[in-house]
Amino acid sequence: MKVTVLQFPGTNCEYDTKYAFEKLGCDVEIVWHEETSLPQGTDLVVIPGGFSYGDYLRSGALAKFAPIMDAVKKYASNGGKVLGICNGFQILTETGLLPGALKRNDNLHFISKHHHLKVVNNDNTFLQELEVGEVVNIPVAHHDGNFFIDNDGLEELQKNGQILLQYCNEKGENQILNGSVEQIAGVCNKEKNVFGLMPHPERAMEMLLGCDDGVKMLQGLLK
Amino acid sequence: MKAIINIGLKKGVLDSAGKAAHHTLDTVGFKNIVQDVRIGKQIIMELNCTDESTAKEEAVKMCEKLLANTVIEDYDITIEA
Repeated sequence: MKVTVLQFPGTNCEYDTKYAFEKLGCDVEIVWHEETSLPQGTDLVVIPGGFSYGDYLRSGALAKFAPIMDAVKKYASNGGKVLGICNGFQILTETGLLPGALKRNDNLHFISKHHHLKVVNNDNTFLQELEVGEVVNIPVAHHDGNFFIDNDGLEELQKNGQILLQYCNEKGENQILNGSVEQIAGVCNKEKNVFGLMPHPERAMEMLLGCDDGVKMLQGLLK
Repeated sequence: MKAIINIGLKKGVLDSAGKAAHHTLDTVGFKNIVQDVRIGKQIIMELNCTDESTAKEEAVKMCEKLLANTVIEDYDITIEA
């Protein structure tokens, strides 16, 4: 399984992401944003977290015009699997590969902590290893993670099973974290090959570091 | 020409920063006068063109393509000589 991890100026989770997928047995290559094509045989593209282009203008707004993104859009439109984590999620919404937008957290704070998430839909490759309603504990670290979508858009997401994860407490009851509509923490596109989430599964890969719930999530993408 | 672009969150999209500033204005003696606060950003550009309608047209394209995220933001453009 060949995983391509993108790197923009300001990306800071590319090595954690590489580590996570290598732990799962993948061949991982980090690709600089100025490249115009993805490595031959890429099975999964991951846009990792960080602060691409310093979050200037809006988080993810400048990265969407990086040379590599044309190749990513083409790859996704041909059914290729793409995962965006944190800033990667922001980039995917800015690019239009995922619906909605990510606003400043309602409480205006940068939120960095472990948080519980509930699986809403698992009929997709990303969450297939988890049960609907299952609760995982994954770190979040973001300033602009407040997912917004209008009512029509929300209905579409619900109808098509595009809501992946919601912020919740350890019992699985919805819990407000950052003001996201319906406490949404992650979504996918209608075709279910492009995934985005604010929490960081790549930081939850080792019990030594407190939690390995990320393993089950990322593993799904490799099947 | 000069383009002055104001970008802010759409009506109906919660503006937390505006709300926080409003609350603080209330507590420092402006409670009766302030009805609503919205915080946005202003982008000022010098354009290489002399025609107002071209300037406006191009500025709209820039907003749609990059400067605003129209999922959550509105923009307003003023062109000056």
